[in-house]
Amino acid sequence: MDQLVDTGVERKTKPSKSYPMMGNEAIARGVWEAGARVCAAYPGTPSTEIMENLATYPREDLVAEWATNEKTALDIAIGASFSGVRAFAAMKHVGLNVASDSLMSQSYIGVNGALVLAVCDDPGIHSSQNEQDTRLFAKFAGVPILEPSDAQEALDFTRKAFDISEEFDTPVIVRSSTRLSHTRSVVCQGNRTEVEAREFNNDIAKNVMIPAHARSRHPKVLQREGHVIEYLNKSDLNKVRKSSKKFGVITVGLVATYVEEVLPDASILKLASSFPLATDLVADFMKSVEQVVVVEELEPVIEDQLKVLGYKIEGKKYFSRDGEHSPATIRLGLEQCGFIESSGKSQPLSAEAIARPPLLCAGCPHITSYMALNGVNARVAGDIGCYTLAAIEPLHAIHTTVAMGCSIANAIGMAQSGNETRPVVATIGDSTFLHSGIPPLIDAVYSNANITVLLLDNHITAMTGGQDHAATGRSLRGEDTTRIVFADLCRTLGVKWVREVDSYDVGTLFRTVREATEYRGVSVVISNRPCVLDPTKIRGEPVEVRTEKCTGCQSCMNLGCPAITWDEEMYDGQHKVTIDPTKCIGCSICTQVCPVDGIRPVKNS
Amino acid sequence: MADRVTNVLIVGVGGQGVIMVSKVLALLCQRQGFEVKQSEVHGMAKRGGAVFSHVRFGKKVHSPTIPTGEADILLALEWAEGMRWLENLNPESGVFISDTQKIMPPFACRNRSRNQVPIYSRETPAEILDKVASGYALDAAGLATDLGNERAANTILLGIMSTAFDFEPQDWLDIIEKFVPKNSVEINRQAFLEGREWVKNASIPEVVTYDDKRFENESVMRNELEIIPHWCKGCDICVRMCPEQCLELNDAQVVEIPRADDCTGCRICEWLCPDFAIKLHKVAVPSEISKELVLET
Repeated sequence: MDQLVDTGVERKTKPSKSYPMMGNEAIARGVWEAGARVCAAYPGTPSTEIMENLATYPREDLVAEWATNEKTALDIAIGASFSGVRAFAAMKHVGLNVASDSLMSQSYIGVNGALVLAVCDDPGIHSSQNEQDTRLFAKFAGVPILEPSDAQEALDFTRKAFDISEEFDTPVIVRSSTRLSHTRSVVCQGNRTEVEAREFNNDIAKNVMIPAHARSRHPKVLQREGHVIEYLNKSDLNKVRKSSKKFGVITVGLVATYVEEVLPDASILKLASSFPLATDLVADFMKSVEQVVVVEELEPVIEDQLKVLGYKIEGKKYFSRDGEHSPATIRLGLEQCGFIESSGKSQPLSAEAIARPPLLCAGCPHITSYMALNGVNARVAGDIGCYTLAAIEPLHAIHTTVAMGCSIANAIGMAQSGNETRPVVATIGDSTFLHSGIPPLIDAVYSNANITVLLLDNHITAMTGGQDHAATGRSLRGEDTTRIVFADLCRTLGVKWVREVDSYDVGTLFRTVREATEYRGVSVVISNRPCVLDPTKIRGEPVEVRTEKCTGCQSCMNLGCPAITWDEEMYDGQHKVTIDPTKCIGCSICTQVCPVDGIRPVKNS
Repeated sequence: MADRVTNVLIVGVGGQGVIMVSKVLALLCQRQGFEVKQSEVHGMAKRGGAVFSHVRFGKKVHSPTIPTGEADILLALEWAEGMRWLENLNPESGVFISDTQKIMPPFACRNRSRNQVPIYSRETPAEILDKVASGYALDAAGLATDLGNERAANTILLGIMSTAFDFEPQDWLDIIEKFVPKNSVEINRQAFLEGREWVKNASIPEVVTYDDKRFENESVMRNELEIIPHWCKGCDICVRMCPEQCLELNDAQVVEIPRADDCTGCRICEWLCPDFAIKLHKVAVPSEISKELVLET
């Protein structure tokens, strides 16, 4: 499609001034180039790097900050838009669930300064709890969604999204996916356009969504859809190539690159947007070919709209709704619908693969917390974070995980069910607690639920790679800010039983968890120990096994520490253990767990 | 390498430098005037999981990922990861390059029955090199340790891979210098050249494998716990200390073993009981039954 590339964005730098950029970097660049002034996000794989990159642009150009959750991020951006500057929020797909309350109304309100959201989907569920399709949300909210297919388009589409937002008085979503966000390819960059701030538009019929106003805004949302369709019909963000008169493909976003890979030079209509649909372009394309398939990742969003319009097309019949696509799945689909012949490839090579699931790190402060919960035989409602890994071997200590901030209210429900004989415990990380754990804790106090909350405070948002939050006392740009103190916060919310404990002190932790679960009412244990990776990589003197003492009881292996594996030497049919000194950080947990005092620091040997 | 796209798949375990290696290759190819796409999935990478990165370059690159069975080079920084991704290698012409070092996940050591061997890839370098179109396997981690920094293993492998391309060694070194810490530039330079040198006399390494058969003639033992109820005062020590959590106190506050199958026979309960109320017996299982038991595990 080279000959068709014309994104309509004015390029002030020469193409030679181009760099390989991750999709997320390119989105950030697009936001900066578009002249955005206020940007907020809550970290979430695969979207995290967008805001981290925005923070690398000068603070005179834009405000870039971590918000407490995705809804506050979007609300901050909405506020900035009200005040007439270009605003931006980024989140992962499930983050939009949290922010959707605001998005639904903001669609009615529209914008003053442009309002753009970048939402990163995770087809294949590489690092999420589901693989919902954000395009359905766009349709639900009546908000246009732009879908770039590579890093260059990520920059160009993002930049363009701000113009569309202001021209059509609508929030605009830019949709990325794990594959696009985390692929580096060459990007030709532009300069920043300074956009003059608009005055506050003091029109309460537009800005204040009481029923009477909302009733007058809904028809405007529907009309707007028509206007955006007209725009898209003429937009060169869409690309079309007409070659074969027999077969044609309608596609969108990253999967378009797979189609090009498998079926180069095919008749193809690559749409910039699944909602709204550029209907004239589609009609024109449909006329030019006999048989058309729709190739899109996840849900049949385009396919369903085309079928409603009465077109005879196929899509999900050949290309799965489930999981991430690849050139292989696209090839298979195109073979099945007769567009290409079966390639009859030779037998692939094969070998036995071993299981290598992700693990809590050596020295992870979460490990002992979950051992302690096993010790009191607790029913554990888990939450989202690294510690979700405690659900699997060998800790087996989490019994439910739903979504961000669900643990505490889930625990309340378990306790209220009257059907639970084990002590009910909610475990929640520091960042997740701030994100959406506070209202349910208020609920627990309010209903005097008999639960224990184990607040795993490792002083960072660890799972997404170490981002600051309100309880680290540092901003995204590294400045000191007011620090939220968890113990004070919990007491203020009305929790009577609050204790802090160092989770490396195994005995005290066990005792504290026991006392907390024996307390009738809401108790909060704050396990206080920094993450071993972020913000500072912690390394101490490694420990080693005194092989002559080891009885192969494997108590230490129950920690799931990646540094501990079997030794070649045996004791009564059981492997003794060995500790890899290059992985061990000397946290001392295993030395405290060993029943025969068989582990000691290397330097003492 | 003129018009067609070259596909390189780089794999390993979190923390080994898969992303660093792929960034070096991607930047080099871009400097040489190719279009490059480099795609990775991270998030789980730090947590000891499998990590992979696709690098594709050519005149025009569409898909960021390599179609199955079309990798021209598979570069594995760890042996079992090389096995995991082997099906992605082009069976007719792909080049396989792998470190023979083993990073054993704790999961490989989870079976607690007697006389187990860790679950790890059984294929030997000789078997794999026989299967692939062309390939190299070597103890790069060992070579790097000899050079003075085991972390330079990935640069040795880069050196080996560099012989598959027409790019000048100095071009590689210029880029490597950008990505490694300042104080290790020299050792990485040596490591890169060592890799190129090694290829000239490439050999198939002898690798020690875990022998599945070594316990074949050992008798199978069953763990039987004897509990003397009237000596137990319900102090709970054994219940708390059992690493497998097989024990429980019953309503009469006497210890019981509801999960006898989980018992590994470690004897901690026996040693810790202040009242000598719990004893472990290892009972040899008759041969026919033992065969069934082995099959079950």
